[in-house]
Amino acid sequence: MISLKGFLRRFFSDPVAIGAGLVLLVLVLMAVLAPFLAPQNPYDLMQLDIMDSEMPPSWKPGGDPRFWLGTDAQGRGVFSTIMYGTGISLLIGIGAVIVQAVLGVTLGLIAGYKGGWIDSFLMRLADIQLSLSTLMMAIIALALFQAAFDANIYADYAIIMLIMVIGIAEWPKFARTVRSSVLGERKKEYVDAARVIGLPPRKIMWGHILPNTLTPVLVISTIQVAEAIMIEASLSFLGLGMPVDRPSLGSLIRSGFEFIFSGSWWITLYPAIVLVALILALNLLGDWLRDVLNPKLRRGED
Amino acid sequence: MTTGPIIETKGLEVRFPLPTHFLSRQKPVLHALNGVDIAISPGETFCVVGESGCGKTTLGRAIMGLLEPSAGEILFQGQRIDGMDETTRKPIRRDMQMVFQNPYASLNPRRNVYETLAEPVRHLMPEKSPVELRQQVEEVLAATGCDPSWQRRLPHEFSGGQRQRIAIARALVTNPAFIVADEPISALDVSIQAQILNLLTDLQGERGLTYLFITHDLSVVEHFGTRVAVMYLGAVMELASAETIFDNPKHPYTRLLLDAIPKLEGGSFDKPRTPGELPDPVNPPPGCPFAPRCPMAEDLCRRDRPHLRELPNGTHAACHFAE
Amino acid sequence: MPMLEVQDLHVAFPQGRKSEVEALRGVDLTLEKGERLGVVGESGAGKSMLAFAILNLIAEPGRVSQGRIMFHDRNLLDLSERDIRAVRGNRISMIFQDPMVTLNPVLSIGTQMMETLRAHRRISGAEARALCIAKLREVAIPSPESRLDAYPHELSGGLRQRVVIAIALLTDPELIIADEPTTALDVTIQAEIMALILKLCRENDVALILITHDLGVVAEVTQRLMIMYAGKCVETGATGAIINAPHHPYSAGLLRALPQNAARGTRLYQIPGAMPPITALPTGCAYHPRCARATALCKAEIPPLENGAACFHPLTAPEEVP
Repeated sequence: MISLKGFLRRFFSDPVAIGAGLVLLVLVLMAVLAPFLAPQNPYDLMQLDIMDSEMPPSWKPGGDPRFWLGTDAQGRGVFSTIMYGTGISLLIGIGAVIVQAVLGVTLGLIAGYKGGWIDSFLMRLADIQLSLSTLMMAIIALALFQAAFDANIYADYAIIMLIMVIGIAEWPKFARTVRSSVLGERKKEYVDAARVIGLPPRKIMWGHILPNTLTPVLVISTIQVAEAIMIEASLSFLGLGMPVDRPSLGSLIRSGFEFIFSGSWWITLYPAIVLVALILALNLLGDWLRDVLNPKLRRGED
Repeated sequence: MTTGPIIETKGLEVRFPLPTHFLSRQKPVLHALNGVDIAISPGETFCVVGESGCGKTTLGRAIMGLLEPSAGEILFQGQRIDGMDETTRKPIRRDMQMVFQNPYASLNPRRNVYETLAEPVRHLMPEKSPVELRQQVEEVLAATGCDPSWQRRLPHEFSGGQRQRIAIARALVTNPAFIVADEPISALDVSIQAQILNLLTDLQGERGLTYLFITHDLSVVEHFGTRVAVMYLGAVMELASAETIFDNPKHPYTRLLLDAIPKLEGGSFDKPRTPGELPDPVNPPPGCPFAPRCPMAEDLCRRDRPHLRELPNGTHAACHFAE
Repeated sequence: MPMLEVQDLHVAFPQGRKSEVEALRGVDLTLEKGERLGVVGESGAGKSMLAFAILNLIAEPGRVSQGRIMFHDRNLLDLSERDIRAVRGNRISMIFQDPMVTLNPVLSIGTQMMETLRAHRRISGAEARALCIAKLREVAIPSPESRLDAYPHELSGGLRQRVVIAIALLTDPELIIADEPTTALDVTIQAEIMALILKLCRENDVALILITHDLGVVAEVTQRLMIMYAGKCVETGATGAIINAPHHPYSAGLLRALPQNAARGTRLYQIPGAMPPITALPTGCAYHPRCARATALCKAEIPPLENGAACFHPLTAPEEVP
């Protein structure tokens, strides 16, 4: 297990990690502070003026210094929508991973510790779920939901739905990771020592084994957040995700897509750049984290 | 104070079904223990020796309740403990503890020393107040030569020998009467082995402990043990006091084992030895398990399994021809 | 001229960014043709490092920082990768501790044996096969022809180690380096394997460097002995002489701590403390913190190897407290 000092030293000596970390930090701050920093609240209808629509970025001819990156078809400043949209994307991404992790870790722990038919059953379930594409399952689930409910109701529950759908679809990854850790830890003698004391299986699983299986979980969490954001963006782009009046980065890209050919390219381009940056930063950090926490790649001085 | 044996096993058998394809008709079973009868008296150091696959570790684990016997009985201070439910067994667990072989795996890497030592007390002696708990932990740390500053530290900060001291402290913290030590020094460096053995001896003297000491190292047994059981393929081949077994081994397997120990005077390895391999514990041959390798084996041996019988000098041997 | 001569060998590993720490701090070794040498020490003393260094197998980022390894009259450290491969596995073979790791689990025994042979010799398939069977017979493996097609996991631990020995002998090497070859084996199997190694070395006049922590095994098998502590050799000489009358306090301590040397029922002699890690060596003699005979000189200077012992106050007669 790497020490905190060793961890920080590795971080600050790796330019890729620092770069990715900075980008992520900026984006997260931007999202969190959106209500305070954004030039306008694009979802407050009172602040919009349809006369401001489709204005190009401020440095281009026809641009307005009030809207740094231009405006969309409704007169919303693109910069402001990006700030709010990033927040929604991150919220869904992190929320979905929390659901995946809680579900996957619990099931993986039970499968690994109990073994036998419980293990076989859960792993076959995981296999089946892994063979179905998450995107496909999400499309089906959300399309059904949209068809069954009114658009307004849908708008209110969209975030929860997305978090739940993406969360439940991806639990097998966490489950398998935890299960293989548990299989390894179960053989170790500290588990025998706990059994000799007479601790019930429940306490051994949660109190002893679980803390020792968390390192791989941490590693895949980062990458899973990136994946969840990507899936949500795809769903929104297909029209099944966040609605247009509370958009995430994906829906922003979608709503701007129609305007590419009519010349207002900025409505799609800037949200797309931010999305790519976010996902890239998360993936790079996740890879770096995996290398750092891998005991076999440990260098002596850690 | 009971006068009978503190631990007894009667006809103990442990069989493990091996995983097979669910369509196959054969259901191979691994016979780890094939009818073991031992009785350990209070205060003694009962050693169980044997090579890999002989069942010595299985015996220790069965006695501690880590696995259920397939047949036979296990008694602690006259009370039958195999198949006991957890509520009845809990008070008995205070008196029976275990030290494991691998000091690098027997301590939870995420718990500090205090937590590891406090847990058995919290679970098995809930009547102790937090102050008493702390005292008990500190007392047992001192008794095993551990520094009190170790309490807040994690296992990875310690060497193998230090970790084994902590593991021994954990086994002692509930004041047990009986400890199973499963190869407690095999994973340690040679110069640390002596330290740990001395510690175990001292603790036995101070606390009146009874040990079931499982090992493959016969020279340790000669020095440290009161009685010795030599196991082969799940059964006891010879049972004798430590002095007798080294001076006068009765069973051919014991003689083979003693003969194989390298001696500081040299000369034992000058004659080539034919390879002898352990037969398959999944399909043990009928008759004496040692017959395939035994220089004295005859048809009787291959047909009839010999049971432990008492010989004139007090040794028990499972051999048709021992005398 | 000795067959193998290691002179002042230092192996260093980087520590942090700027400094290095030495795992071997100046080791000398000589070996004549057909001679059997034991290298004894505890884990961390550097004995495996010595074996790897001789075959130029020290993995990055470690390196040999000083010294020469003269095999006949060539410095092995100066050889190109291609030339050292002609020596490694061919004229100097190595046997490791765990045969399941040495043998490739997905290749049959025969494939691995023939691969070794044909890497070093121009030989036809049929001849190679015959030679392999002959070698398997020599290591007393029953029904060698059928074993040639078996896979490592089908054999028991003892048989696997015999196969490893057979592979080591395939190229008729001049020297075998055996690193803890029987530590993972049961005591009766260990006796068989060591008896086999002893017999083969004697019959074929093959030199042996046996690395182990077990003094009993070296007493049975080796003619000369080297005891290592914290990256240096602290005592060397004839095996029997050292075992009966050690000169260095550490050697004496090791021998006294053996259960077979203690009277039954008494406490075992224990060397106080523990071997320091190479990253935190004391000044002067590395053993002085544990030594009852240490003086100010021992703290200040590293004792040179003189008359077989690296000690300023060597034992001259078997004494009570080393």
